[in-house]
Amino acid sequence: MGSALMTFVDRMDSPAPDTFRIFLRESCGFVLEALGKPSSNVPFIMPKRVADTDAFKQIEEHIGSGPYMFVKDQFKPGDKAVYVKNPKYVPRKEAPSGTAGGKHVYVDRVEWNLALRDGQAQVNALQKGEVDIIESVPFELYETVKKDPNAFLPKYATVNLQYMARFNHLHKPFNDEKVRRAVLAAFSQEPFLRAQVGVKELYKSCPSMFTCGTPYGSPFGSDIQSKSNMKKAQELLKTSGYDGTPIVLMKPTDLVTISKLPDVAAQLLRQAGFKVDLQAMDWQTLVGRRAKKDPIDKGGWHMFLTAWQGHDIWNPIANPTMDTRGEASGWFGWGKDDKILALRAEFMRSTDEAQKKKLAEQIQARAFEIGTHVPLGEFQTPMAARKNISGFFITNGNLYWNLKKN
Amino acid sequence: MYTFLARRLLSTLPVLLIVAVLVFLMLRLTPGDPAAILAGDAANAEQIARIRESLGLDQPIVVQFGIWAGNLLSGDLGESFYYKQKVTALIGQRLEPTLSLAALTIVLAVLVSVPLGVLAAWRFGSLFDRILMGFSVIGFSVPVFVLAYILIWFVSLKLGWLPVQGYHRLADGFWPYLRHLLLPAVTLSVIYVALIARVTRASVLEALGEDYIRTARAKGLPELRVLVRHALANAAVPIVTVIGIGIALLIGGVVVTESVYAIPGLGRLTVDAVLARDFPTIQGVILFFSFIYVLVNLLVDLSYVFLDPRIRY
Repeated sequence: MGSALMTFVDRMDSPAPDTFRIFLRESCGFVLEALGKPSSNVPFIMPKRVADTDAFKQIEEHIGSGPYMFVKDQFKPGDKAVYVKNPKYVPRKEAPSGTAGGKHVYVDRVEWNLALRDGQAQVNALQKGEVDIIESVPFELYETVKKDPNAFLPKYATVNLQYMARFNHLHKPFNDEKVRRAVLAAFSQEPFLRAQVGVKELYKSCPSMFTCGTPYGSPFGSDIQSKSNMKKAQELLKTSGYDGTPIVLMKPTDLVTISKLPDVAAQLLRQAGFKVDLQAMDWQTLVGRRAKKDPIDKGGWHMFLTAWQGHDIWNPIANPTMDTRGEASGWFGWGKDDKILALRAEFMRSTDEAQKKKLAEQIQARAFEIGTHVPLGEFQTPMAARKNISGFFITNGNLYWNLKKN
Repeated sequence: MYTFLARRLLSTLPVLLIVAVLVFLMLRLTPGDPAAILAGDAANAEQIARIRESLGLDQPIVVQFGIWAGNLLSGDLGESFYYKQKVTALIGQRLEPTLSLAALTIVLAVLVSVPLGVLAAWRFGSLFDRILMGFSVIGFSVPVFVLAYILIWFVSLKLGWLPVQGYHRLADGFWPYLRHLLLPAVTLSVIYVALIARVTRASVLEALGEDYIRTARAKGLPELRVLVRHALANAAVPIVTVIGIGIALLIGGVVVTESVYAIPGLGRLTVDAVLARDFPTIQGVILFFSFIYVLVNLLVDLSYVFLDPRIRY
């Protein structure tokens, strides 16, 4: 959202040490949303000398103006990161509210165990009392933690994560919207969610391209997916003129949070009438390959599946699939559609919430019509803690203020 | 002896050079782009290209190799793409856990396996011998991670005797250091106990059939002295060879154990570097492993002189 905002910015200045001003060239309806975005990329404020660091160099200076301070000399990459209470920080005298509000610190030190990455080992450590909190419990161990008398699963998230299948719009057959619509019709969300998450209370279908439960989350225009079935998908594919080109579907075997999705996708695509070339690779190979625009026979690809934090896709500006500038667009898949671009530009300029909602609906309806991608439902990654930890509050992301250890 | 030592040390140079070239080329031919990984999900092709340029990955491979080799000659393994730290510093941080784990594993393995192997040879064909050989097959066959989870469940979670994960540095106290290392070392030592016990049994068995053993027994020497002073001493060369290979393999083979027990060692660093396509770190760590491997083999060769006076270099 930051780069979109900067297209509206005329200049910025800082008339006083505790003030900054943004001067806009024209009306802009998302300044607060861009500044308040709680997930990456986050707008950080830093002193000029730090901000002037080359964009491709690591920032070496850690000032610590928040409730905790990073202890640089105790940081061991891949081992541990240590934060201590900032004695100079004065919290607002109010309850915490998401990433805002009163950030009260009741513990002296928070230590991240970066070496503890195996899901089973994390749960073992929690059960034994060697760690206090697990940031994300593996789905298959959810019931184990739930039954542990010494642990609990604090409710903290209001905004879910969303799975997504992304087409490569540059190459046959997904350069044809009729074929993409056949996939939308074939990809019912429930099979993906059941296979990948499996725990009913942690997932839900959400026929929306913008995160459900946020202002623009809506099923508007989603009939092609939400009211379709495999028969409809097969009919759509037949009428599309699909010539049997095998779909190169990339499967990341090492990323357990999404590794089952491609198997479901492959099966549903085959049922719809596609030929599928399911290619297994590690996630980082996938990351390198999806950046390539090359033809399929030169290492290109047709489809990959991924997951998004809810705040990264909750509106038409943040959601990268709505940047439909084709090859000039920012995100892999390179969808092109002038209508979405025009509606998106209008959305950016609108300051009327009712109008913005209407525009978001129109954008979504158009996105379903041309098949920018396929939303595959929403899920939560549960946090777990020992029962002697209290003070969790409803937010998104893992925040460590307000916590008490008894 | 000194000529042999000098010749062997010199011979490590071409080995390390070949390893360096092979690793460098293999990494460049492996799919996966470090720049795309560093750029993250929201990056576009232009941003990825700029990161690639900043890492020097847009240069021809020959130029990249030249720069890396030049730095290597001055003892600089380069800077990690991912951690933005010197590779030598990263290896230094991770060396203690891996060396500690490897050392304790080998000590445990030798202390358990050599006596068992000698006893099995002494009681060749007995129930003890058969049970030991049966257990050694199981020791070879059970995957390390399965054994690790069973031991964690029983020793740590059920009995509560030892921690389930983590590593404490020696400087932070010997007891916490040992407590955290014991279970991983036991887990990892099982396969080496099986291996060394079998080799010890076979070697001692062969020695027990020699004339000098019959002579020793005829002289009326106690059986323990016959077994240790005469049979085991003469069977030591193959046993030490296997132990040496075991040490070398352990240094690079602790990946699974370090992952399951959350030990921030060199094995874990290697996996992370491979997954992040962190070329300088992978190159540095593999070169380091190769050096250790060559060094341990050299020490094993030198030990033959002390174990068998007939061997001269």
